[in-house]
Amino acid sequence: MQASLVKRLWYLIKEPLDGWLMLLLGLIFVLSLFVLYSASDQTFQKIDNKLVYTVLSLVVMWLVASTRPHTLMNFAPPIYALGLLLLLAVHFAGVTVNGSTRWLELGVTRIQPSEIMKIALPMMLAWFFQRFELSLRWWHYLIACALIAAPGLLVLKQPDLGTATLIMAAGFFVLFFAGLSWKVILAGLVAFAASLPIVWNMLHDYQRKRVLTLIDPMQDPLGDGYHIIQSMIAIGSGGPWGKGWLNGTQTHLDYIPERTTDFIFAVYSEEFGLVGNIVLVLLYLLIISRGLVITARAPTLYGRLMAGALTLSFFVYAFVNMGMVAGILPVVGVPLPFVSYGGTATVTLFIGMGMLMSIAHQRR
Amino acid sequence: MRAYSLNQRTPPASPALRMTPGRVKCVLLVLGVLFLALIGRAVYLQVVQQDFLLNQGEARFRRALVLEANRGVITDRNGEPLALSSPVQTIWASPADMEPVPPAKLRELARLLEMSPADIAAKLSDRKREFVYLKRQISPELAERVVGLGIPGIAKQQEYRRFYPAGEVTAHLIGFTGVDGKGQEGVELAREKMLAGKNGRRVVLKDRRGHIIEDVAAIESPKNGQTLTLSIDHRIQYLAYRELKAAVEENKAKAGSVIVLDGRSGEVLAMANVPSYNPNNRKELDLERRRNRAVIDQFEPGSTMKPFPVAMAIEARKVTPHTWMDTRPYMIGPATVRDTHSQPSMDVTTIIQKSSNVGASKMALMFPPETMWQFYDAVGFGRGPQSGFPGEASGRLRNWKSWRPIEQATMSFGYGVSVSLLQLARAYTIFTDDGQLLPVSFTRLNGAMPGKQLIRPETARQMREMMMTVTQAGGTATRAQVLGFNVAGKSGTARKLVNGSYAANKHVGLFVGLAPATRPRLIVAVMVDEPTGGSYYGGTVAGPAFANIMAGSLRILGVEPDAPSNNTLLPVSDMPEVREET
Repeated sequence: MQASLVKRLWYLIKEPLDGWLMLLLGLIFVLSLFVLYSASDQTFQKIDNKLVYTVLSLVVMWLVASTRPHTLMNFAPPIYALGLLLLLAVHFAGVTVNGSTRWLELGVTRIQPSEIMKIALPMMLAWFFQRFELSLRWWHYLIACALIAAPGLLVLKQPDLGTATLIMAAGFFVLFFAGLSWKVILAGLVAFAASLPIVWNMLHDYQRKRVLTLIDPMQDPLGDGYHIIQSMIAIGSGGPWGKGWLNGTQTHLDYIPERTTDFIFAVYSEEFGLVGNIVLVLLYLLIISRGLVITARAPTLYGRLMAGALTLSFFVYAFVNMGMVAGILPVVGVPLPFVSYGGTATVTLFIGMGMLMSIAHQRR
Repeated sequence: MRAYSLNQRTPPASPALRMTPGRVKCVLLVLGVLFLALIGRAVYLQVVQQDFLLNQGEARFRRALVLEANRGVITDRNGEPLALSSPVQTIWASPADMEPVPPAKLRELARLLEMSPADIAAKLSDRKREFVYLKRQISPELAERVVGLGIPGIAKQQEYRRFYPAGEVTAHLIGFTGVDGKGQEGVELAREKMLAGKNGRRVVLKDRRGHIIEDVAAIESPKNGQTLTLSIDHRIQYLAYRELKAAVEENKAKAGSVIVLDGRSGEVLAMANVPSYNPNNRKELDLERRRNRAVIDQFEPGSTMKPFPVAMAIEARKVTPHTWMDTRPYMIGPATVRDTHSQPSMDVTTIIQKSSNVGASKMALMFPPETMWQFYDAVGFGRGPQSGFPGEASGRLRNWKSWRPIEQATMSFGYGVSVSLLQLARAYTIFTDDGQLLPVSFTRLNGAMPGKQLIRPETARQMREMMMTVTQAGGTATRAQVLGFNVAGKSGTARKLVNGSYAANKHVGLFVGLAPATRPRLIVAVMVDEPTGGSYYGGTVAGPAFANIMAGSLRILGVEPDAPSNNTLLPVSDMPEVREET
């Protein structure tokens, strides 16, 4: 009797979840605890916090995963509208930190509406294409572009190039999976390349500096190049096998900036070396593969679009963060998915995972 | 019952799906390429660039701190310290590791270091440097307070500060060290290697804000310098300095030097110069005071040279102490050789006692120039005494081939040849017991070093007997006598060469002597430079200082009197003094 109850409860909890994704997330989570312990100077405070918000995120994920995709889909337009409103609110009444206005003060807490858009925009677009699936015309794509541009430009204005890029990329992935013609994509790419000089002129000084720093970090080793140089040194000192857990000198002597958040990959890389990097990249690759499998098997347009966009967004997060820390992409504030310390980004990621799982179930 | 019902209300599968296999392949291709790029980058950083980046990292967190070796103590022959090091702290900074210092802290730092905030800011301005001295040699307590300010990148370092207990008494002998701890003068410079020891190194790890993590990565202990035991007896040194200073003041002289040698071992028991300086505070140190005159200055020794041609003649058995010689003035070419108080004839002993130029030169001229040069060269004139002292003078003895007869004559009474006081005192070692020239040593010896036999012991004894008459009634230096001891010596008064000609009113007064004359233990050489207090004769200006130093030194060493019955000093003031003018 007792055993049967536990069994049924377990089944209840397990039912909406995806085994593969759970396994991979579990592995990354364990790994991230080790890295975080090392990065936070062997104290448990951040570990404790991470455990708390991870459990909360898991609950949220379970709820999302338990909800059918098309139930969620119906919330897309209101969520998108709300996100847009909040972004406007940020634009007019946001809190300015370090020269950029990204936060909204809500009395008790601060929220970052651009974070909502990471999910809301692909949802909205997927809803849109699902809605007009049978009567798609070229101008539908134009409307979709407008739906992308509105939050994109608002976030760009904050200014937050990194998040803006991520949001617009998520939107583009939906367009891509919705069958945007190759010609248009190609034309868009050409137009983008042609507009680079103009974009360059429109960039803020600090953004230009970041790009220049990327090309030659030694130009300003104590200023803008500092982060990159230190993280490259940390990664390089790791060598093929790493210095071993808790033995990273760059980490423990405080040379790596933001070492529990955006630059945690440098800590990981120094202590676990090339071998560790390959393992981590492999884990991400497996998550993405699972995401693509779910995408391919999704029975509805909404499911496919959403799963594809979420998967590719996830890839972009991982790639941009590791690329930035390794010095091949400019420094933008993108955390390493599931490893970096920070609640907001984790919740967003788990919601995404929940949606993927929900779509995965839809098939059966 | 299943908690999750299947999607009954799912819309039908879309016929319009345009996700072609090509599109999926394209996505996979792009993802693969990008991940490969990432791995490629990791391989590049972690394999290809690993060593370079490791070094770069170490350059940032590894710092080698110098552990200064404690400089060796310099003691006198009895272990009395003459130079020792006490620990002090030096404050340094690494601007490369610093963040801008808040003005309040900067002011506090400036106040503690007694510097202006602008000066400190200037020192810290070069953000590339990793080591800048802020203030050297401050007390450990003050350094503790500076470090206590907790300014990242500012640290202290232990150093040693040299202290000279005997101050000006041993200033020229010991010399001093510079602020970098290296010997700059005297024994400190001469024996730098032995005293310095070897600095150690401590490698520390340092975090980004310059805090030193006391995690020692590697250590190399400093090797402290060795203790240097000098031949000096600090009691004799004090005595010699005091008496010399008194003599220089009394005679209103420009300067003076004294050397006390152990006549049996060649060890230097004392060496002092006036004017001197305080090596512990060298703020107003001019070159005049800094000169170690006894070793680096050379002068024409005048009559103190005469015992050498006489010894040469006796050694060659050309004369005996009792040989009578014609001592009337005589001509060599256009020049006349004459004495101040001319007598028609004297025996060799009287020639020494009265310091006769004529007699000395005639004995010198008994030899060809080459033989005389060889003897002078053998007693060390014209070559450095190899004391190891920096700037040691070798004196000047021209090659015999260019000697004219008049020059050979004047060299017998100390003109045309120049020596340092150290050379002169050392040359007198041939008149001790065994007739050997001894090497001089500033460090304590265990037993005498082998000397060089130049004259027979018998010749040496005869020379001492003759030189004893110098301090006896009728001699040139009765003021040089010592109660209870026989003193053998020779006075000298030389005109100084000024711009190539001899000045009428600038003299060097000298006295060099041995005691006890019957079995010599000590050689004392005193030089008084440019006395202007009335008398300028060596016997008068240097003789009394000699007597006091000799008497005191013999007493200090507990030397048994060899003339215990000689317990009254001859009156010197009223008797018609015999003076020499060379």
